[in-house]
Amino acid sequence: MAYSDKVIDHYNNPRNVGALDKKDPNVGTGLVGAPECGDVMKLQIKINPETNIIEDAKFKTFGCGSAIASSSLATEWVKGRTVDEALTIKNTEIVKELNLPPVKIHCSVLAEDAIKAAISDYKGKQAEPQQKAEEAAVNA
Amino acid sequence: MSPKLPIYMDYHATTPCDPRVVDAMVPYFTEMFGNAASRNHQFGWQGEEAVENARKQVADLLGSSSKEIIFTSGATESDNLAIKGVADMYYERGDHIITVVTEHKAVLDTCKKLEKRGFKVTYLPVGSDGLISPDDVKDAITDKTILVSVMHANNEIGVIQPIAEIGRVCKEKGVLFHTDATQSVGKIPFNVNDLNVDLASFSAHKMYGPKGVGGLYVRRKNPRVVLVPMMDGGGHERGMRSGTLNVTGIVGLGKAAEIAKAEMQSDHERVFGLREKLRKGIMDEIPDTYINGHAEHRLAGNLNISFAYVEGESLLMGISDIAVSSGSACTSASLEPSYVLKALGVGEELAHSSIRFGLGRFNTEEEVDYTISRVNEAVNRLRELSPLWEMVQEGIDLSTVQWAGE
Repeated sequence: MAYSDKVIDHYNNPRNVGALDKKDPNVGTGLVGAPECGDVMKLQIKINPETNIIEDAKFKTFGCGSAIASSSLATEWVKGRTVDEALTIKNTEIVKELNLPPVKIHCSVLAEDAIKAAISDYKGKQAEPQQKAEEAAVNA
Repeated sequence: MSPKLPIYMDYHATTPCDPRVVDAMVPYFTEMFGNAASRNHQFGWQGEEAVENARKQVADLLGSSSKEIIFTSGATESDNLAIKGVADMYYERGDHIITVVTEHKAVLDTCKKLEKRGFKVTYLPVGSDGLISPDDVKDAITDKTILVSVMHANNEIGVIQPIAEIGRVCKEKGVLFHTDATQSVGKIPFNVNDLNVDLASFSAHKMYGPKGVGGLYVRRKNPRVVLVPMMDGGGHERGMRSGTLNVTGIVGLGKAAEIAKAEMQSDHERVFGLREKLRKGIMDEIPDTYINGHAEHRLAGNLNISFAYVEGESLLMGISDIAVSSGSACTSASLEPSYVLKALGVGEELAHSSIRFGLGRFNTEEEVDYTISRVNEAVNRLRELSPLWEMVQEGIDLSTVQWAGE
């Protein structure tokens, strides 16, 4: 199978590879896929709670070139967007940008899932202290 | 010295034609183009002579009589002809066929087709080394069994089945024995009598001959095997395979067989040396690598390795100037990882991480050195990119993780 130039570029020069501190309350971590399926993506975002803007994003991916490219592109796209804007990123846009063939569409779906999972993790963390505060208020 | 790129290391898929094979074929395209079935002029006689010479060259390689060689379009056709031909000829004796889960699709899908027609097929499982035992075959044979089909050497993992012993079991039980010897003929000694086979499929392009030509060995004595042909027509090849003979291709197959016989020992030693160098260069340097299939009972040129925490297709991309293949799902249209590796009990994760290196006659030391360094580099880079590798480094046992995708 021939890869598009964009997939090859992301594969050779993946953007934003690495890890953020997953204990940081402003960091959301999404881990999607399974080794048995041949794809695992870990996508992390760091959010400024004042502005709700994603200031940093990192990823690591176990998967084919298209999976690596999809997650690399996802980190590029979420950076600088607000959380709500990032949630509107659709897998079809990733397919279009990377010129993915039909058999690789699942890679883009996984990348969209990874963004959503990271945001959901962040929101959960943000809710926690509030929840604790509420619980404390109820118990008082 | 750096080798010429790209490097071909996928000799199980196909092999380049040996230049000596091409030289032998060339006159049969233009000057001696006769139809081998034309009995009444010199052009036809030349064609027939060339075909019979090739038949002798192939028979010499297999230790058979020339009359027992049927030329076909390749091993897929030979497998079909052997299995369907036996089923159609001997169905009154029984309706049971025995084969193995790791066979090539040309055998498995032929058996599946026969199942639809009412035949019963037993698919024997393999051990974690990819091998079956002759006792498994013995136990599976019933009074309805008409054919056992077990491949000689596997195309993915290169393991060599104990077919001489399996053939002996079949002989004792009076059951016909077919072997798909596509990967082994021309590479390791293959003698139809020593190996007790009644039918054997092989192909020219796996032994430095041209594509589109192969053959089927069909035993004529003890027992005499008769096949119902798949194609009807002029009654060529003792009535078993009609169709004008591919004279040029057959000449190429014959020449390839002659060279293989003469150079088998030296080819084997050289390829084995390269394979061992490659194996050590990769497996001694890179942690968490696993060899798939039995370590010793395998073809000299085969090395099938799983690189844990790295997906096979991405590794292929990382070594894109080296032509190898992967058992990863992503390299197949079906999106299923290799059924052969699954049959060995290799976890799906490691099946996704496998690479098949196939070395052959024209590989060099420089190519192996280059491959070792490229593979090391690519695996290290991809592991830096792998969340699984990161988790393992953090001491997480991956089998305890609840994956979202499951």
